[in-house]
Amino acid sequence: MNRNIMVLLRRIQYEKIAPFVALAVLFVASSVLSPYFLQVKNLLNILRQVSYSGMIALGMTFVIISGGIDLSVGSLAAFNASMGILCLNYLMNKLGNEYLAMAGGILTALLLGVLSGALNGFLITRGKIAPFIVTLGSMAIFRSLALFIGSAGEIRSVSGRYGTFGMESILFVPVPVIAMIILGVVLTLVLNNTRYGRYLCAVGSNVRVAVFSAINVNRIKLIAYTLCGLIVSVSAVMLSSRFNAVSTSNLGMGFELDAIAAVIIGGTPLTGGRGTVWGTIMGAIILGIINNMLNMLGVSPYLQGTVKGLVIIGAVYIQGQKA
Amino acid sequence: MTDSNECLLKTFGICKEFSSVQVLKDINIEVFRGEVLGIIGENGAGKSTLMKIFSGIYTPTSGEIHFEGKKVVIPDPLGAKNLGISILPQEFNLVDDLTVYDNIFLGSEIRKRSGLLDKTRMMERTTQLLRELEVEIKPDEKIERLSTAQKQMVEICKAVATDAKLLIMDEPTTILNRYEVDILFSLMRRLKEQGTTIIYISHKLKEVKAICSRVVVLRDGEVVFTETIEKISELEIAQRMVGRELSQVFPEKRAPRPEVIFEVKDLSVPRMLYDVSFQLRKGEILGFAGLADAGRTELGEAIFGVRKRSSGRIFMNGEEVDIRSPKEAVDHGIDYLSEDRQGAGILTSFSVAQNITLVSLFAYCASFLKFIVRKKEDEAARRHKERFNIKTPALNVKLEYLSGGNQQKVSLAKSIDPAPKVLIANEPTRGVDVAAKHEIYRFINSLTEGGLSCIFISSEQEEIIGMCHRVVVMKEGRIMGTVQGQEINEEQIMFLATGVHEGAARR
Repeated sequence: MNRNIMVLLRRIQYEKIAPFVALAVLFVASSVLSPYFLQVKNLLNILRQVSYSGMIALGMTFVIISGGIDLSVGSLAAFNASMGILCLNYLMNKLGNEYLAMAGGILTALLLGVLSGALNGFLITRGKIAPFIVTLGSMAIFRSLALFIGSAGEIRSVSGRYGTFGMESILFVPVPVIAMIILGVVLTLVLNNTRYGRYLCAVGSNVRVAVFSAINVNRIKLIAYTLCGLIVSVSAVMLSSRFNAVSTSNLGMGFELDAIAAVIIGGTPLTGGRGTVWGTIMGAIILGIINNMLNMLGVSPYLQGTVKGLVIIGAVYIQGQKA
Repeated sequence: MTDSNECLLKTFGICKEFSSVQVLKDINIEVFRGEVLGIIGENGAGKSTLMKIFSGIYTPTSGEIHFEGKKVVIPDPLGAKNLGISILPQEFNLVDDLTVYDNIFLGSEIRKRSGLLDKTRMMERTTQLLRELEVEIKPDEKIERLSTAQKQMVEICKAVATDAKLLIMDEPTTILNRYEVDILFSLMRRLKEQGTTIIYISHKLKEVKAICSRVVVLRDGEVVFTETIEKISELEIAQRMVGRELSQVFPEKRAPRPEVIFEVKDLSVPRMLYDVSFQLRKGEILGFAGLADAGRTELGEAIFGVRKRSSGRIFMNGEEVDIRSPKEAVDHGIDYLSEDRQGAGILTSFSVAQNITLVSLFAYCASFLKFIVRKKEDEAARRHKERFNIKTPALNVKLEYLSGGNQQKVSLAKSIDPAPKVLIANEPTRGVDVAAKHEIYRFINSLTEGGLSCIFISSEQEEIIGMCHRVVVMKEGRIMGTVQGQEINEEQIMFLATGVHEGAARR
């Protein structure tokens, strides 16, 4: 009996459950520190706040497992959302049908997400340029394009309905949170149960072995960046719907850091080769709770970045200790 | 043994466990000053683990090490270096982007008073070391431009550069040809005269017999035998190692079927291969012999679609096939077993089952969503595990926890899992002990019986002669000739490989 327990304990991969443990500890600590924390409204609010960058972090997880990085996600969100709303406004004037215009706007944003992600991937695989460089470049490019088309201000949608669906809740759960959970389930299945997921880990683990194992490395990487671009656009559409507008200078600011932080805190190593989707969601929620608590405790918003930075460094330090 | 008979290193009851698997049990050995001690054993016998303990990479679970009469704790490789223990690793440990002398002095750079690097002195010392080794390598050459054999020589330089008292050599001759081995041995003798003690780990009994003064045999993590070399024969060592009588080394050659299944015509890769043509019959084992850098690996990679070829046609069953990527090669029934196990063969962070099914993963996907069927995957892995006698606690164990020989078997299982018609086996027994070698020979032989044809690239003359129906000999990217039947002998192959007759080549 005792032996069975020992075997069971050994089977647990501590690395994989570490973010869950951290979340549990944080959860208990927060509920002790503040009576408001455990209110359903507050919890749902935290989830909603983290869901936008959380979704992006899921796409980022795939990119990081492949051994790459995508710094352009925040700028992409701003650009794609702006283009979506511009398209929606144009169609409203032309067609006059609100639903068709909304569909057109959303599809434009999603399509642009796919294309821009694929562009990153194309430059990285075919152009053989380091992912950091390519996405650093596209980060600058897309932000500047967004600022240009919006004259650095807000782009408002002329549709009244566009601003509603992003605020809706289904069974009290906000729509973006549901979107993040669905994405989480789908991506978990892809990562653990499909050929693509296995190949993705192989590519991130050792490119040369992957090449010799008859894996089309470029295709695997291209898909990872394309998928990340698409998910960025899903998040961007949700965000623009929430405000029924896009602030070209603010939307998606710092998302790349939040997303990468969530991935890292969730236990996926920056060197790639392995990782978990649920860990990333936990990572995003941990960051959200920390922000929430700092607000409730009245800590200056300017200091919140310091805490976030310490958590990221601490998380990686603890993971390193285990290896 | 030297007359002083002084003990340099002594261990008391060293044990080592990895996640509750006992790898070393109660190791008590003595290393005398100035001797060359041979340590041999099968795959997973614990040789490399023991050496990693001596060089500070692992710490023992229990037991003591005494060095020069004092109890020591070796916390890390730097600690070992400070004691005067240097290791020549099995896998290369060189920085490709740096020059030869940078690598040799990596971590122990000579500096001027100002704190800047004293490149002139490092160059001079390197030149001197290289001259002692009798190798012609420029001290300021970049490592990436060196051949495998040359890199090995640099590794040796690096190990002796710090005036080591104890030099540990972990299978140093695996990738050297016989001339380079001779140079290595004469260097080892010189080091021995200078008072350096050497621990020499090898699978090659002949070499142990030739260079060592004493031999320690490890089996399943235990010392089973210690004896001075004069008192024991090669056969006895082999039997102690395996723990049973050895059967015949090479399986009987079966006559291949007459039909040509695979053909290469005028294949060229710029500056590497020139108009290489050959035919492969069904069930044939076609050897590719030659010195290091004869272009055999490049040929294998060009056929497999990893390397771009500038010209050349490939035929499968008489039909021309256009192979531009490994995927297309596998689709046409060609698979490749890499000579670089950890660099291109297997993923150490993947499990046994995940490695075995990596190339043929599509065959394990079912249902509308094309999910991987774990049960099917495990079944296949179990089948290969039994067939290849892979020693692993479980199928979901990561490969980094397996010994080199078992990793090699996984690598072989991985490359035959898609059921190829042609297998390009590049150094299939590199870094593998005698028993596992015999097993691999038998696997390849039984596979060819089932109709597989094998391109067998090897630097070990013995296995080329023992295994192959015909042998193609290459030199500097060209085929120099093909030998078959009675002509397959060492002399003939060396003549073609070097262009010089045996007697003339040796000084």
